[in-house]
Amino acid sequence: MIEFLIFGPLLGSLISGLMYRSIGEDVATIFTTSIVIVGALVSWIIFLDIIPVENGTRVIFDWITSGALNSQWAVKIDSLVKVMLVVVLSVSSLVHLYSLGYMRHDHNWNPNENYKARFFSYLSFFTFAMLVLVSADNLLQLFFGWEGVGVASYLLIGFYFKKPSANSAAIKAFVVNRVGDFGFLIGIFLIFLYSGSINFSEIFSFFSNENKIKLLGFKVEEVICFFLFIGAMGKSAQIFLHTWLPDAMEGPTPVSALIHAATMVTAGVFLTCRFSPLFEAAPQVANLVLLVGVSTAFFAATTALVQNDIKRIIAYSTCSQLGYMFAAVGAGFYHAAMFHLFTHAFFKALLFLGAGSVIHAMHHEQDIRRLGGLRTKLPITCLTMIIGTLAITGVGIPLSYYILGFNFGLSGFVSKDIIIEGVFASKNSFNYHAFVFLIFSALLTSFYSWRLIFLTFFGSFKGNKDDFNHCHEPERNMLIPLVLLSVGAVFFGSFFEFDFASEKYQIFSDSILLSKDNTILKDFHYVPALVKVAPFFAMLIGLSTAIYFYVINPGYPRIIANQQPILYNFLLNKWYFDELYDFIFVSVAKRVGNFFWKIGDIKLINGSIHGLGLFVIPYFVAMASRLQSGFVFHYALVMIIGLTAILSFFVLSFYSL
Amino acid sequence: MDFILSLITFLPLLGALIIALFVPGSDPDSSENAKRVSLVTSIIVFLLSLVMFSGFDKNSSDFQFIEEFLWLGFFNYKLGVDGISVVLILLTTSMMPLVFLSSWTTQKRVKEYLIAFLILETLMVGVFVSLDIFLFYVFFEAGLIPMFLIIGIWGGKERVFASFKFFLYTLLGSILMLIAMIVIWDISGTTDITRLLKYEFESEPFYILGFYIPSGIQTFLWLGFFASFAVKLPMFPVHTWLPDAHVQAPTSGSVLLAAILLKMGGYGFIRFSIPMFYEASLYFQDFIFILSVIAIIYTSLIALVQTDMKKLIAYSSVAHMGFVTIGLFSFNQQGIDGAIFQMVSHGLISAALFLVVGVVYERTHTREIQAFGGLVNRMPNYAMVFMVLTLANVGLPGTSGFVGEFLSLLGAFKVSPVYAIFGAVGVILSACYGLLLYKRIMLGELIKENLKRIDDLSLREKFCLYPLVLLIITFGIYPKPILETYGATVADYVLKFN
Repeated sequence: MIEFLIFGPLLGSLISGLMYRSIGEDVATIFTTSIVIVGALVSWIIFLDIIPVENGTRVIFDWITSGALNSQWAVKIDSLVKVMLVVVLSVSSLVHLYSLGYMRHDHNWNPNENYKARFFSYLSFFTFAMLVLVSADNLLQLFFGWEGVGVASYLLIGFYFKKPSANSAAIKAFVVNRVGDFGFLIGIFLIFLYSGSINFSEIFSFFSNENKIKLLGFKVEEVICFFLFIGAMGKSAQIFLHTWLPDAMEGPTPVSALIHAATMVTAGVFLTCRFSPLFEAAPQVANLVLLVGVSTAFFAATTALVQNDIKRIIAYSTCSQLGYMFAAVGAGFYHAAMFHLFTHAFFKALLFLGAGSVIHAMHHEQDIRRLGGLRTKLPITCLTMIIGTLAITGVGIPLSYYILGFNFGLSGFVSKDIIIEGVFASKNSFNYHAFVFLIFSALLTSFYSWRLIFLTFFGSFKGNKDDFNHCHEPERNMLIPLVLLSVGAVFFGSFFEFDFASEKYQIFSDSILLSKDNTILKDFHYVPALVKVAPFFAMLIGLSTAIYFYVINPGYPRIIANQQPILYNFLLNKWYFDELYDFIFVSVAKRVGNFFWKIGDIKLINGSIHGLGLFVIPYFVAMASRLQSGFVFHYALVMIIGLTAILSFFVLSFYSL
Repeated sequence: MDFILSLITFLPLLGALIIALFVPGSDPDSSENAKRVSLVTSIIVFLLSLVMFSGFDKNSSDFQFIEEFLWLGFFNYKLGVDGISVVLILLTTSMMPLVFLSSWTTQKRVKEYLIAFLILETLMVGVFVSLDIFLFYVFFEAGLIPMFLIIGIWGGKERVFASFKFFLYTLLGSILMLIAMIVIWDISGTTDITRLLKYEFESEPFYILGFYIPSGIQTFLWLGFFASFAVKLPMFPVHTWLPDAHVQAPTSGSVLLAAILLKMGGYGFIRFSIPMFYEASLYFQDFIFILSVIAIIYTSLIALVQTDMKKLIAYSSVAHMGFVTIGLFSFNQQGIDGAIFQMVSHGLISAALFLVVGVVYERTHTREIQAFGGLVNRMPNYAMVFMVLTLANVGLPGTSGFVGEFLSLLGAFKVSPVYAIFGAVGVILSACYGLLLYKRIMLGELIKENLKRIDDLSLREKFCLYPLVLLIITFGIYPKPILETYGATVADYVLKFN
């Protein structure tokens, strides 16, 4: 059954991708979709323990074996995997379903072109790779999934391959991720070097024993976790390695929902949680993780404030939320990170699919300055997106834990707030600073999320009137996912809080291992009440500012932008990361390449070697020019002379010795 | 099974003789017949090598299927295979039918062309089965001649220059190897490789003219072999013949050059340099690592700015061979396993990539990257094959390219992490040039007029490319058949080093 969950999507992908010409695009797409939907149902059955599945590893067959290195294709089952199965398969199945409608008519293609089956094939392949990643029991298989989702992401970002911008974005995503993978690889090498294995259980049992191994003056766990975290930063678009994520919005919107919001980008968070035993032994890297997480949460939230592309705003929002997850990891609160990963998958997929529904209705208009007033035309989309926004900004009843015994609110309220509380309660040296930045980012989150809603659905429409009159709600295939995801966005926080993050009932005792002095699961409850209500008030301030800026006084944002041109442009240009990288890496690589080629290879190496052969070459050149007569006899002659020369040299040297 | 190695080695030569003697004339019919004869010959040879493989004992590290007799009183004809040579023989014999299939459209001097390739097959297989250093030398050197002809006669515009450059570079390297071989014979009194592998060459340091010679006579012998293998592989800085040779060679010539001939250098290192002169190899380990790392980074950056498809792939080959040397000279199981795997894998991938270039070259007669763009619109099957190959070349897990790169780097990392880390930079760079090439050729709108009627893969081209793609993926997911074939042999080597 578990094997079906993982290999079903692969089967769907192959059939859809290779056989659509014979079975037809409709059959192919519906077939892949049904496989994933069945998978999603099964994953819930397993997750809710309706049919209990034993923890353990099922080996499928050997992969790379060489000396002590021994890796297998295997399916691992534990609580971490079960959670990820639910996340991946639920979102994937809804996105498949949604895409049936979204991809039906696409003005990027000519009527006679087949593209739907290819799209579904990629989607299913992505799902397969992601499942292989999460169910890996060794580092190599995890790396296979890791790169596999990268390829799927590359293919889907560049799905509109006629658009140059899409192709560039696809390459950028792959290459930036490769930078992270480079770190990940070194992490794998180090782990194998010290523990002699790449299987999780053996690695963890090796490092569970006290070792005093030092590397470069650090504990070896610190160094290993540092490199693993570089990999995680690439995949999860953390600051410095984030530049690919906003560009990835070139892909079709369902792709953004599945890959660049709910699943693939959370793989880095998953990796750090999977390696909690090592990260627990690496306090300095944990500090770094917290720092990077908080910086990303803040940086991305500021950038999202001024973006005008509806998808890019949500992309930066994703980036920022991933920062929250890493902040939790850095605080040693892996449970909260997984919890936020879980809830975020639903409300962020919801926001993306809602945005997709707007884009679909508006004939691919994505600039929110040219939208507005759409709530009358797209009531269901509007409502579900507001639900998503309520969830991400963290609406709920503050302090309800004391009254009801659980946190009552939308999913983001529960999961984000416990991260903030956890960070505050952690024994980290700069936990208070981190707390302040996270609160401020929550305020910004609320502001930009509502800005998107107000500019898109409220006020008056600012685009082409014809478009407005003709736009309508999408078909049922696309609305069902929105509604189902809304249910998740509303309830999953309060409903699953105990499973994820209560000290007594949390399910991760078999997979997330905390060190003895990490008592975060208890501590996060005992923070001052002010800390507990702070995110709520930050959300309120953000909301009211957004109301003032975009409902009450719509001219005000422009005035501020004009007053602060430097700050505005700094944010609008995303802190100039792209320009900086272009300057440092891209142009330099090309210049160096040209230098090596023209100067190194041609001038220096060829020059000197040919110079050495100054006496030999002219002779051969002369002969060569004669050869060009094309007379076959000459060729043969040269060959015979050559052969005789070699053979006689060889024979003569034999006898002379 | 007694003479199976001789049979595999010399059957292609027989095929060449049949064409030369019994297929007269140069009219289309007879060239067609000649093509059929060579294709059938190469398939029979391939099947024979499979028979040999099925009888090969993987658990033994000894040489198997040994044939030995004295010829002309002094020439020791001795053949035999171990795990390492078996996989390279299989690579060679499996590549030949594809080569003949891919050159089906050749018009110029068809018979001579086929004869050259058949002779080349004999010589290539000969290199891998020889158990006598002089026999090895003859095969190794003679292989130059048909390749020289293939580039020089059937090549592109500047074929003569390229073929001479190829010939001279490799020949000059080989002369030093020949001298080293003669010295070996002088010292040990034997040319038998099995006995030489057990012979211990002097490695006491000494002074000569005031120069300190660290590993004694081994140093000189090692350098002699190095000269030849470094050029053949090729290693930085003697790699510059390769891009020229590839650009000028006809498609099938490039295929064999990349798939097999380069591998002879790697094979030489693992057969001679490392086991026979281990102390010297150890001494030169850092030197090799530095050259490998330079090869990986330097040539990858050069590949990034190439404007000719073939040149780009040629430079990428040099970078990939860097992984072979870095793995071989780590002297541990993972490194050597990875290096040999990388040789096989690169053989498959680069061969397929050159075939892919050949497909569009045949249709447009250009290899300039700028002349293309948007081919995916007209050539979906081609696009799929090219995509898989690009990803394999990038070293994506799930393709054979990953297994080799990962294991070689892992092996090197165990010995010297710094070099391995620099080598791993190649992982990033290969993604850059690989995907950029794909984008510029395949993606975007199809604008260029002359490409608007271009056709997708023909059935014959599919027969050439699909098997390679299938093998690349199969060995990426299940590399065990290859790894376990030479696992015991390598384990035995590694045991000896320690």
